[in-house]
Amino acid sequence: MRYGMVIDTIKCVGCTDCVVACQTENNVPLGYARDWVVEAVVGTYPELHLEIRTERCNHCIDTPCVRTCPTGASHIIEGGIVKVTANECIGCGACIESCPYDARYVHPNGYVDKCTFCDHRVANGQDPACVSVCPTYCMHFGDLDDPNSEVSKLLATRNSKVLAPEAGTKPQIFYLI
Amino acid sequence: MKTTRRQFIKISGLGAGSLALATPTFNLLSGKQKPQDDIKSKRYPNYCEICFWNCAGWVYTNEEGKIWKIIGHDDDPNSNGRFCPRGTGGVGSYYDDDRLKTPLIRYTKEDGSQDYREATWDEALDLIATKVSEIKNKYGAESIALFNHGSAGKHFTHLFRAMGSSNIAAPANAQCKTPRENAFKLTFGHELHSPEPLDIQNADCMVLIGSHLGENMHNGQVQEMSMLIERGGTIITVDPRYSVVASKSKIWLPIKPSTDIALLLAWINVIINENRYDKEYIEKHAHGFNELKEYIQPFTPEWASLITTLDPTQIVLAAREMAAAAPAVIVHPGRHVTWYGDDTQRLRAVAILNALLGSWGRKGGFFFSSSASVGKHPAYKVPYPKPKWSWMDIRPGDFPLANTGITNVLVDGSHPDYTGENKIKAWFVVGSNLPVSIPNKQRTLEAMDNMEFIVVVDTMPMEITSYADVVLPEATYLERYDILRLAENRYPTVALRMPAAEPRWESKPGWWMAKQLGDRMGLNQYFAFESYEEVLEAELSKLGVTLEQMKEIGVLKLERPYDDAYMHEGDEIEFETPTGKIELLSTELAALGFDPFPKYTAHAEPPAGYYYLNYGRVPMHTFSRTSNNPNLSDLKKEHDVWINPIVANDWGIKNGQYIWLQNQAGVISDFPVKVRVTERIRWDSVFLPHGFGHNNPKLSRAHGKGVSDTQLISNVMHDPINGSTGMRLNFVTFLTEDPRKETEA
Repeated sequence: MRYGMVIDTIKCVGCTDCVVACQTENNVPLGYARDWVVEAVVGTYPELHLEIRTERCNHCIDTPCVRTCPTGASHIIEGGIVKVTANECIGCGACIESCPYDARYVHPNGYVDKCTFCDHRVANGQDPACVSVCPTYCMHFGDLDDPNSEVSKLLATRNSKVLAPEAGTKPQIFYLI
Repeated sequence: MKTTRRQFIKISGLGAGSLALATPTFNLLSGKQKPQDDIKSKRYPNYCEICFWNCAGWVYTNEEGKIWKIIGHDDDPNSNGRFCPRGTGGVGSYYDDDRLKTPLIRYTKEDGSQDYREATWDEALDLIATKVSEIKNKYGAESIALFNHGSAGKHFTHLFRAMGSSNIAAPANAQCKTPRENAFKLTFGHELHSPEPLDIQNADCMVLIGSHLGENMHNGQVQEMSMLIERGGTIITVDPRYSVVASKSKIWLPIKPSTDIALLLAWINVIINENRYDKEYIEKHAHGFNELKEYIQPFTPEWASLITTLDPTQIVLAAREMAAAAPAVIVHPGRHVTWYGDDTQRLRAVAILNALLGSWGRKGGFFFSSSASVGKHPAYKVPYPKPKWSWMDIRPGDFPLANTGITNVLVDGSHPDYTGENKIKAWFVVGSNLPVSIPNKQRTLEAMDNMEFIVVVDTMPMEITSYADVVLPEATYLERYDILRLAENRYPTVALRMPAAEPRWESKPGWWMAKQLGDRMGLNQYFAFESYEEVLEAELSKLGVTLEQMKEIGVLKLERPYDDAYMHEGDEIEFETPTGKIELLSTELAALGFDPFPKYTAHAEPPAGYYYLNYGRVPMHTFSRTSNNPNLSDLKKEHDVWINPIVANDWGIKNGQYIWLQNQAGVISDFPVKVRVTERIRWDSVFLPHGFGHNNPKLSRAHGKGVSDTQLISNVMHDPINGSTGMRLNFVTFLTEDPRKETEA
């Protein structure tokens, strides 16, 4: 079992519904976010290209954040989901420094917080909040180890990329391009 | 400085310390398809009030009974179970601590200055009932005008009709879609309404003209556009800006602003002259084809190219793409279409193009909507008195096809320069921030200053509240019962709104305020109910469903009574036009002395050093009303003005710099705005998202953030056909130094 996300940049309109859905679902305090939207423009008017991506923790296979955590608060659970145990975290920020995706932040209560793939929902058979609300249906969540899952099929049939592959962390969020 | 009778009062500190047609086929399980997230949470049905799309969903409360999150309802055809960011962030409208908290009454202090004081509901309602009755006795009920937006407006509309006034307007019309509704009525005998019946999910090609779906989150349409992309359908986008949807388009036509009619005429020319129109459909259903063919001859792609700055080959290719997909093609009619004062004619060209492609009434084109009808509570069956005059008599003879009350005509009838007989003396403004939502702010302020009495009903201390004599705090949609939502769509639905929490502070639902005022003004028979649940129960009983059942299912999904979403082969169809046909040549416009075919008119161009002020939407805000919502403000606190790098370089303006904008009439923005230097905009234009630049300090998150485009829209072009207000012939230049600082020095 290896959870991952496949996100279709061709369909994403960058509306940020994923961001606010995560904030309300997970009671993320205002001013902070576990996911965010990036717009990248290339070219000169009128020969232009725009890519829009919703980004978050990549739930990497090789996890510098877990490796650098001095207390063991950062850890990996079933399905490869990277989590932080709040009451074991001392807020030292080593994981934040080590993350190539800038996916972690210090919660005002003093611990490091990040995307959990909404594991509380996944346990109920539901998609993560961001995936479940997306009005363009551009986000897909599932088991990358299962060749028959929607995410595996999309990766098998479409061109895709990951972010910062040079960091060597084996990210589990894939972007269809 | 001129002293006005009506001083702008900042609502500061006050109150802070006080605390069918069809057979129902539903079953009670249909609304429960989603597993509960948490057994400790509860959910209550509602439909969203953050925008007019009114998506139906569930409001969840957490284990403490506090509002937690809002999720779409799977049976709702407007949202298909998925809300847009505004709907998801709707929780912020409840939690916003800047909300209006108690009724407020304007009073004059000993030193002559004015302020608000907190009042009890009884005091505020008694005062309104007394003043309104006085004005009614002196000038007639007709002299009192209602400006409204959204669901709460319906309760006040009932109060106004009962009182004997039909001077009721919504900026949602003449500032938005009136030209479109007129144009489609004139051509097909049918208005489009909301949500527009566009079969995007089955279309093979969609053409967007100045419409930026994806940045405007018209939820169902954004979802269906995504399906079209998934299926490999073609999108053609006409926009001076490289919008998000332009980036997803096969053809993007970066048109020179204000020249759209020339492009549309050229497309009609290509489709007719290359014989790419739907001959059978046109022969059978259309009136005036031969005349159109003759009329259109001069308008070649080469002719249009010189006007629009577009490549003529691209114009032709786009027309061929549309024709190849026909009839599964939609030339999108847009929504906010009041741009240049000849908008009805532009939308007529859009309608004609759709007719030639045969997309009206066809799969993948325009479908026919179906909606539910419910019963009436006896209080709503009492006949209304007939008003002696209405908004149509304020400027008699003007705007013959105006189909609803025109906000700006009511402003005209309220203004001190109005010399006619039918004067407006008092205003009720419900959920509509007029100084920001309609153009020519100065004129609105002068009209308000001339009023004997103004009542404002709102949830937030919007700028309009600062001009009221009495301010009434409305409960948000998450805290109240309201009218049933009877959305038109592919299938009829009924959606319930019920409170998920008690109203915060002293806020009250709109229906309650209207009833309290009606009862005080001797209109008891129109409000003969104790609670709104009674009204809902009576309305639902016709469908054989109870309020308790609706609370469980949220959305009642009905079946279409007939198989009539599309036209059928061989159908004999009579269109509701004078000729009974699709009117390519409009006999109605001809009879009124207007052009029977759309005509291109050259519009003013920006003087040297000025740029077209193009405005639009961002996906996480609705108009100017959500800028202070804590959750939505968190997604986007301020906007930026888009400037092409060549222009920025000429001016020495850097990305991220703050500048002030000044329009062609010398109006300078109240606040500065951040610059976004981007290749995504033409060099003759700037782009400024609408809804920012609030100037009431009590909007603690939104105040002073960015520039109000409305403030800079002082030049307004009235469409002679229906009085709608074209707003896109305003030009701005840049001020890099604080202009007010200079004058002080």
